[in-house]
Amino acid sequence: MPSRMGARAPAGFARSFLELGLLLLLVFVLLQGSVFPYGADASSQHAKDGCSSTHEGKPNRTKKVFPVLSFEYDHIKTPFEVSLWVLFASLMKLGFHLVPRLSSIVPESCLLIVVGLLVGGLSKLIGESELPKLDSGNFFLVLLPPIILDAGYFLPIRPFMENLGTILMFAVVGTLWNAFFIGSVLFAVCQIPAAGLTHLGLLSCLLFGSIISAVDPVAVLAVFEEIHINELLHILVFGESLLNDAVTVVLYHLFEEFSAFGTVTVLDGFLGVISFLIVAFGGVLVGAIYGILAAFTSRFTSHMRVIEPLFVFVYSYIAYLSAELFHLSGIMALIACGAVMRPYVEANISHKSHTTIKYFLKMWSSVSETLIFILLGVATVGGPHNWNWIFVTSTVFLCLVARVIGVIGLTFIINKFRIVKLTTKDQFIVAYGGLRGAIAFSLGFLLEVEDEEMRHIFLTAIITVIFFTVFVQGMTIKPLVELLAVKKKQEAKRSINEEIHIQFLDHLLTGIEDICGHYGHHHWKDKMNRFNRKYVKKCLIAGERSKEPQLIAFYHKLEFKQAIQLVESGAGGKLSSALPSTVSIQNIQPKKPPPAPEPRERVLPQLPKSREEEIRKILRSNLQRTRQRLRSYNRHTLVADPYEEGLNDLLKKQKMFELEKKIKEMNNYLSVPVATSDSPTLRRARLASDPQAYNVKPDPVAVPTIQVELASPQSPDSVNIMDEFRKDKEKDEDTGLTMKPPSGPSAPPRKQSEDAKDPQKLTRCLSDPGPSADEGEDDPFLP
Amino acid sequence: MPLPQPCPAPPCCSRRCGAGGANSRQVRRMMGAATTRIGQQDPELVDRTGFSPEQINNLHKRFLQLSGNKDTISRENLNDIPALTYNPIKSQIIEAFFDKRNQHDSEVGSLEEITFEQFLMVMSHFRPPTLEMTAEEKQAMRKEKLRFLFNMHDTDGDGKITLEEYRKVVEELLSSGSIEQESAKEITDAAMLEVASTNVPHMGPEDFYEGITFEHFEQILKGLEMESRMHIRFLDTATVHCGKS
Repeated sequence: MPSRMGARAPAGFARSFLELGLLLLLVFVLLQGSVFPYGADASSQHAKDGCSSTHEGKPNRTKKVFPVLSFEYDHIKTPFEVSLWVLFASLMKLGFHLVPRLSSIVPESCLLIVVGLLVGGLSKLIGESELPKLDSGNFFLVLLPPIILDAGYFLPIRPFMENLGTILMFAVVGTLWNAFFIGSVLFAVCQIPAAGLTHLGLLSCLLFGSIISAVDPVAVLAVFEEIHINELLHILVFGESLLNDAVTVVLYHLFEEFSAFGTVTVLDGFLGVISFLIVAFGGVLVGAIYGILAAFTSRFTSHMRVIEPLFVFVYSYIAYLSAELFHLSGIMALIACGAVMRPYVEANISHKSHTTIKYFLKMWSSVSETLIFILLGVATVGGPHNWNWIFVTSTVFLCLVARVIGVIGLTFIINKFRIVKLTTKDQFIVAYGGLRGAIAFSLGFLLEVEDEEMRHIFLTAIITVIFFTVFVQGMTIKPLVELLAVKKKQEAKRSINEEIHIQFLDHLLTGIEDICGHYGHHHWKDKMNRFNRKYVKKCLIAGERSKEPQLIAFYHKLEFKQAIQLVESGAGGKLSSALPSTVSIQNIQPKKPPPAPEPRERVLPQLPKSREEEIRKILRSNLQRTRQRLRSYNRHTLVADPYEEGLNDLLKKQKMFELEKKIKEMNNYLSVPVATSDSPTLRRARLASDPQAYNVKPDPVAVPTIQVELASPQSPDSVNIMDEFRKDKEKDEDTGLTMKPPSGPSAPPRKQSEDAKDPQKLTRCLSDPGPSADEGEDDPFLP
Repeated sequence: MPLPQPCPAPPCCSRRCGAGGANSRQVRRMMGAATTRIGQQDPELVDRTGFSPEQINNLHKRFLQLSGNKDTISRENLNDIPALTYNPIKSQIIEAFFDKRNQHDSEVGSLEEITFEQFLMVMSHFRPPTLEMTAEEKQAMRKEKLRFLFNMHDTDGDGKITLEEYRKVVEELLSSGSIEQESAKEITDAAMLEVASTNVPHMGPEDFYEGITFEHFEQILKGLEMESRMHIRFLDTATVHCGKS
């Protein structure tokens, strides 16, 4: 297999990929389960003691030599194989990103399906019959929930609610239209004698139509995350794929029921509508109830931070299961649960828990997604097929046609009501983004039709449609988006100014609506917000954060983030110039004085004591963290490290200084205007107090000793890094640093920290870029 | 478009408002004559404000309701709208209606009362963009909307939002009690710093950033897609107004 992968890869792929490939081969061999001894050796060594003792106790093992090494694969079979699959899937995912350029051309989902196909094909060659199937039970109960929860928890509520009408229209009416159109036309196609499918009834065709018509959230997420399309289109397609679940569930059960009996009455249709409403709203209700429960629970977790994240997962999963229990829409329950709990949970839990939740969800969902696509590929090879040219081609064709007609027709209606109209380009992307995926496959798998052959025809057609949409549409949508110059997603990070104006605008529009005397969208939103602020938050959020206005909460988050960035930039991953926020701090510095001259009095006490304390606390805890991290990096990356102790010490010191410098800068820009006249005492007091808080007195005695230690790590190979750094320093000197207060201690530490950064930079270069790069990428704190 | 409601407005009062001479006189004449003929002024008002005749009718009804069937609206009229009571930026919204800068004239200052046409002119800033708009038109619309916002912040009309003015906005947004006053200050300072640093990256230490100019204002709100965000839905059917005055 590695050789094949190598052949597929572009010429200059990394050498490590070969090694990875070999590893994968090993994993693959294990997966087959045909060569047990390998697996046994490895695993039984671990389980030796435990195993042998249990064997001894068993009565059936009579009178044997005491087994020093025993082997019982069945004992661990299932979890072992599951873990191997997960490992395999993750390694594949990893592998793709090692191959340069590959992941930018082909979507990951396609590659994973191909891998699945290869695995399936190989195992078929070997003759292994027992392949893991994309089991419907496992799919719906294990693989799907993480993806949906991830989607629901991080659902961008605002655009979702603003476009709810359109989304519902597409999800409900669009899916219905698709199902009936595809079903009935297919029925007509089946009547052509040449197809040999005359025995397919109308209801069977409609059943098939209802399975194949739903846009799949997993596939949509996988493709749309890569093309970075603008928020509106993303939420339209993605929202549709989430909300059509209710329609699909109802249609599926309806037609399954009917096709068993063969007759439909008007009453059935009516009951179907009722059932739809119950399924949809029931799902949302169940989800919301659990969401509120989760939020309420998180109110009391402040003494037990460790298990905080668990509540989010468990409550959501129970919500999903509870909804499935009544055949309600589990997906909608999950979405509702995640969306309802998030704002309150986030206000209650600790920052670390928040990060945990975030990463856990992301990790889980991406592993699930990977597994789903790989298993889909495997199942394609493994499953029974009945290839009927007419049926398959007409299905693919109908799916496309129905989607296009549906979108165009619906947009025509929707645009009459929408204020921001959907353009032709938008319509095209919405239509083209209608990817089908594993949900359809699993539903097809679940089908209980008496006619096995029919099921196979259906499955084959479903797989073809999935492959067509994922491969053809999924691969071409990116170039098309670029070709059409569809608006891309903007930088998600919001500045404080934007936040102020968004809120200002909200109030303004509400006010204007009130003046117009027309109670519209903004009016009700405002009502809801006020209700939320007045009652709900008090119940669900502990402490005084419940009373915190949104803007302040936002500002705190921003501040918090900056503080952390600050620490991390101090930790050496990025130097100050690489980090926009730090630059701005420095640039601001000279500018801060200006606003002062007139309202001088007011600028003075900018950083209240409590706030300062808080920042300091944050900084301190993060300092701790990064320091630990750094140390561990050192252990693993620097081979023989005689300087480790000194280096660590140094890093610590360096960071202290860095921090101290920042704090000073902060104080500096906050109080520079004052320094000229008003209260130098205050500033001095503050400056003095800061280092103390960190227990780092810029002890002049310590400086030279450190520098001595320093000399050795500064090996010649760090020269250009140093140069680079110097340049940065110089730049700093130009702009901000001249503004520094003439604080005596700051000069020597500056020099020292300058030097101290180099070995640190070096270690960072040697080790992998570390989490800081990652964290900069997807912003963890801001909604 | 039937308008059964009689309008007993006294035909006398818009001259002293003085903003757009000819037009307001025209409006007065027509409104004073009889409401059934509002339709007649449509072509011109439709042109100037971009509203449809139905929307104008609806807004006119509301206007009369607010003003107590008079020709002009005063601050008190708007102040009495109960729904506005909880709006933290109530005073600024009301002020915006009486701001001459929002009347597409270049005058600065504020009015005491506004006529229906002036009312419409203010409202016209909240029209949504249409599908047919070209990029330039969208750009112009965006600019106009931003200008409106800017004027709301720039209370003294000197073309700059000073720190003072900005802080007032934030304070009002926070509907600040005494505790939040400090937060408001912090936030404003942070925001101001941001504006300054993004717009004038190279400033000498002695330079003085006086306040946000309109260009800078545009710059910092670049990401907000104001043209599609700042709008409300104006009724264009003859539905009943549920708001009372």
